[in-house]
Parts: sequence; structure tokens; C-alpha cells
Amino acid sequence: MKTGIVVFPGTNRERDMAQAFRVVSGKAPRMLWHQQDNVDGLDLIVLPGGFSFGDYLRSGAMAAHSPIMQAVRRFAEKGGYVLGVCNGFQILTEAQMLPGALLRNAGMRFLSQDCHLKVEGRDSIFTSGWKHGDVFRAPMAHGDGNYTAAPDMLDRLEGEGRVAFRYCTAEGHVKDSDEHVNMNGSARSIAGVLSENRRVCGLMPHPENLTEEILGGTDGLPLFTGIMEALG
Amino acid sequence: MKIRVFVSLKDGVLDPQGKAVEHALHSLGFEGAADVRISRVVDLQVKADNAEEAKVKGAEMARALLANEVIEDFHVEVAG
Repeated sequence: MKTGIVVFPGTNRERDMAQAFRVVSGKAPRMLWHQQDNVDGLDLIVLPGGFSFGDYLRSGAMAAHSPIMQAVRRFAEKGGYVLGVCNGFQILTEAQMLPGALLRNAGMRFLSQDCHLKVEGRDSIFTSGWKHGDVFRAPMAHGDGNYTAAPDMLDRLEGEGRVAFRYCTAEGHVKDSDEHVNMNGSARSIAGVLSENRRVCGLMPHPENLTEEILGGTDGLPLFTGIMEALG
Repeated sequence: MKIRVFVSLKDGVLDPQGKAVEHALHSLGFEGAADVRISRVVDLQVKADNAEEAKVKGAEMARALLANEVIEDFHVEVAG
């Protein structure tokens, strides 16, 4: 498996992401600077977290129109796999490679804490490391994570099994209107979604930050082992 | 030609920032303040022969970058 990680000015989670892939594959991903437009030979492109372009205008808006994103779009159109975490998820929605948008957190506060996620996505390499309905812990750190989309799009995402992850309690209960569970106020507690062909995935929390015991646990590891098993 | 692009959240999209400002206004004694919504204004110069052309260019820029039409509406005015 050949992985590329895109680095924009203001990206700050690229090393965490690279380390997570190194843990499962033993190989260091290739770093891709935002001004290049060559992504040849890659199986997976990852857009990591951070504050690309200082979150100017809207989170992810400037990055979505950078040269590398034209290449990432072509890569995805040809069936390439793309994962966006946190700011990467915001960039994918701004680039309209995933539906919906991420608004300011409902409580206005930047949230830096653990959350629990329920695995709901079907037929995707991004959820295949877990069983359907599994619950895992993941750190989150964002100000704009309040997922929204038109009601008919939300229905469609749910109907097609494209809600990859949902915020829930440690016991797996989803509570849309409980600010201690659905902390950023996301529509239908959605934390992550899949594209129509299920090869593009975006999520707000950071599974890459729980992939080794020294980090406090390996709860996020199945994201990476699932991808690794699928892509070899 | 100078144009002004107004970008605002669509009706029905929650505006937590507006809500927070509304609460702050209430605590300052402005008890009648309601439905506070925060919008964005982008001023810019465009090359255009007439106002209509300037507006069309502003709208193109809004659709491409200045507004996210999933959550925001926009309108363009020629500023003179």
C-alpha cells in the first residue's frame, strides 16, 4: 500500500497520521506539498488535521481550491481512496467530494477531549477494521465540527449506509440533543461520512492519535488495520 | 469597478455565533434583541465594463469560493 499525506500551510497533524500508518505498515507515507499536482502511484491519499490557510474564509475553503486538490479530485474520480480527518474532512466537504458542511460547534467552544464513536458505515475499507455497531474512543480537537446537510441528503446518507461514524456514549447510545454525547451539535450525531462509491471518507475525530499504547490506547488502530488489510 | 459580496447563512441553518452575540446583547440590557445572525461582507475590485458584468463576475466568485452554497446564500451589489 502506498499512502500520500497532503500538507497545506497550517496543517499540523501530518506526523501523527504518518506514524499511525508506519505502525500498521512499517512504511513511511509520502508527504505531498499542496502546490504539487502529481499523485501518481498512490493507493490512498490522506488529508490530515490542522488549520490549513489559517481557517481563513471558512475552514478548508482555501485548501479545497489548491493545486493538489485538483489532483486529489481526479484521483478519486478514477476510484482512488481518500481519507480526510478533522480539517481534512472540512476540506473534502468544501471541495464537494463529500456532501454537507461543517459549521461552528453548537456550543461555540473549541472542543479538545475524547469522544466515543459508533461504527455504522457499510462496505467500506474505512470501517472494515471494526464490526458494524462497534464503539470506540477517539480524541477530538476542533472548533468547526457541527455537521449539517439538507434533510433529504441526511436521509440518503443513512439509507445508503454512508454514515461512517456517529457520536455516542461509551455504551453506544446515540443522543442527538445531549451536548455531552453529541458535543458539537452535529445533525443526527454524524461524525463521519462516506462518498457514493464509499472510497472517500471524512471524519472529525482523530483515530490516528490512539494507535499505540504509549499514546494511551489503541482504540483508533482498526481504522488503519482495516485499510491495510484491504489495500495490502 | 468596486463590488460588495454579502454572504449570510441560509434560513434554518443554526448560527451559534449569532446566538452567543444575542445572549451578550441581552446581558448588556438590550432585551429586545432577537434573531441575531452574523454575515460576511467581501469588498473587491473587478474589471468590468458595466454594473451588470461586475455583478455576474461577483456571483461567479461567490459560487466558486466566497460562499458555500450548502449553508450560505449570497448577493452582490455594485458599490459605485
